[in-house]
Amino acid sequence: MIEIIDLTKRYGKFTALDSLNLKIEKGSVFGFVGQNGAGKSTTFSILATLLSPSSGTAYINGYNISKEPKAVRSQIGYMPDFFGVYDQLKAVEYLDFYGASYGISQSERKKLIPQLLELVNLTHKQDSYVDVLSRGMKQRLCLARSLIHDPEVLILDEPASGLDPRARVEMREILKELKNMGKTILISSHILPELAEMCDVIGIIDQGKLVAEGSVAEIQKRLQGEKLIIAKLYRELDKAVNFFEDQPLVSQLVRRDDGESLQFMFNGTIEEQVQLLKAALSHDIPIVSFSEIETNLEDVFMEITKGVELS
Amino acid sequence: MRNLFLNPVLNKEFKLRFRSFKSFLGLSFYLLALSIIIIGFIYIQTQNSPMGLFRPDQSKNMFMLLSFIQMGLILFITPGLTAGVISGEREKQTLNILLTTNQSSTSIIFGKLISSVSFLLLMIIASMPIYSIVFLFGGISPGQVATILGFYIFTILVFGSVGIFFSTLVRRTIIAMVSTYGVTLFLTAGTAFLFTVTMSVNQMGITTNNPVPYFFVMLNPIMILFGFLEPDAFKELSSQTGMGIDFPLWAAFLISYTIIFLIMIFISIRKLRPNMKVKSKG
Repeated sequence: MIEIIDLTKRYGKFTALDSLNLKIEKGSVFGFVGQNGAGKSTTFSILATLLSPSSGTAYINGYNISKEPKAVRSQIGYMPDFFGVYDQLKAVEYLDFYGASYGISQSERKKLIPQLLELVNLTHKQDSYVDVLSRGMKQRLCLARSLIHDPEVLILDEPASGLDPRARVEMREILKELKNMGKTILISSHILPELAEMCDVIGIIDQGKLVAEGSVAEIQKRLQGEKLIIAKLYRELDKAVNFFEDQPLVSQLVRRDDGESLQFMFNGTIEEQVQLLKAALSHDIPIVSFSEIETNLEDVFMEITKGVELS
Repeated sequence: MRNLFLNPVLNKEFKLRFRSFKSFLGLSFYLLALSIIIIGFIYIQTQNSPMGLFRPDQSKNMFMLLSFIQMGLILFITPGLTAGVISGEREKQTLNILLTTNQSSTSIIFGKLISSVSFLLLMIIASMPIYSIVFLFGGISPGQVATILGFYIFTILVFGSVGIFFSTLVRRTIIAMVSTYGVTLFLTAGTAFLFTVTMSVNQMGITTNNPVPYFFVMLNPIMILFGFLEPDAFKELSSQTGMGIDFPLWAAFLISYTIIFLIMIFISIRKLRPNMKVKSKG
């Protein structure tokens, strides 16, 4: 469990983190979303005992980060947003070094390392030098490294940043597996949909303050209220326009330039969205595709910067 | 204590340093250069001798020459090897990960210090068989060779601790390196210059029994090395110029450099990780 109490970090007059309060239950996955400089990495660095807070404190599994930093370190697996690797060190040796650094015996490390490499799909690269691995592989290896001492809490600072789509999917799958293993995970990202699938709770941080907290659906609804939907049709565009115009939850209906699709704002739940599609099909409207445009962080922050205080 | 010196950082650094072919090449070239100097020295001496002999006093001169070359090497290389070990990890973005492990700051600092100077120690130890040529010609005892070796190891560790100190405190390697070379320069050329100035003042009779030159000699490793090679030199110097302190210079050197070493290591250990205690409220 992670408990953050009034955590503040100041650099001179600049406040990087402003009285952050947060409680993350054991076994849950908490997504921390925010732009560059919002305070995500500062929070993570303090929790990883790499940075001292100006005021406030935090507890990890009951250990105080200020008073018991050594105990905190044994509880966490930390993966920074930017990290380097040692040249001339093989993947197995890399994990072995960190295993030894956590005081794990050699015989135990010999059993553990193949399992970790398998977990992150790097068994075939065990004898490759770490510095020549691709970025995605390095990220996965770093994740394996953060798991070597079997920590209960994982602090992952943008583990999927800079990865290509395939590597992102692979990383997401591994994180889902870790979630199933019951780890408490604190993970950050710029991209809300990236966290949506795997996080139980999302927190949005802006200018050092937590501005929103809740499930992804809750936050999106509170921030935006409406979804942008695009419906692609096979002929009968006018009939579709007439149908959607009559729907109470639909607004801002527009014919798109391609001449075969419509876009509109939908203000309803997911169940109501399903009902809308069913109703359209029952009215013989030939819908080829009916999709919701994913909301990205920039859209959400557009709303936040309008001055909406949500938490 | 065993864990302090046989720790994961040390094991890893040994593996990395000695795995590269560059290390092998560096060592080979160093031994080759040293051999050429010895052979050249012996060749010149025998050419200049009417009988073509190489006498024990010439052997001693050769030993002194080699000792000063090794000392120069130590003073030149140690800052370069140590001043980047912590700041370099910081620049390579590997330090944060290391600091979140269970390894103590003491273990990391000692591991880094020993591993960074280990290559230099290897060079010095590997050169011992070449040094041993002096035994063929006499003039030097095995005890003197052992003393010089011990002196080298001690000097390497002290200057290494200065490098580690700056590397821990300064974020950028280049600045840490310049600072370490600056301290090295002060403790060698700087103290020698100040010694000369204060001795001149003594000789002019402005002050009598002025102990200041003593302190400058005490801090200068090259002059202490000279003292080991020519033990009578300082006694004579001290009596003639009235440095005013009747305490062995080597012992004063040992004490002062041990204090420097301990301070440097202590601060490095304290500053490696942040103090997590909240300094101010509100």
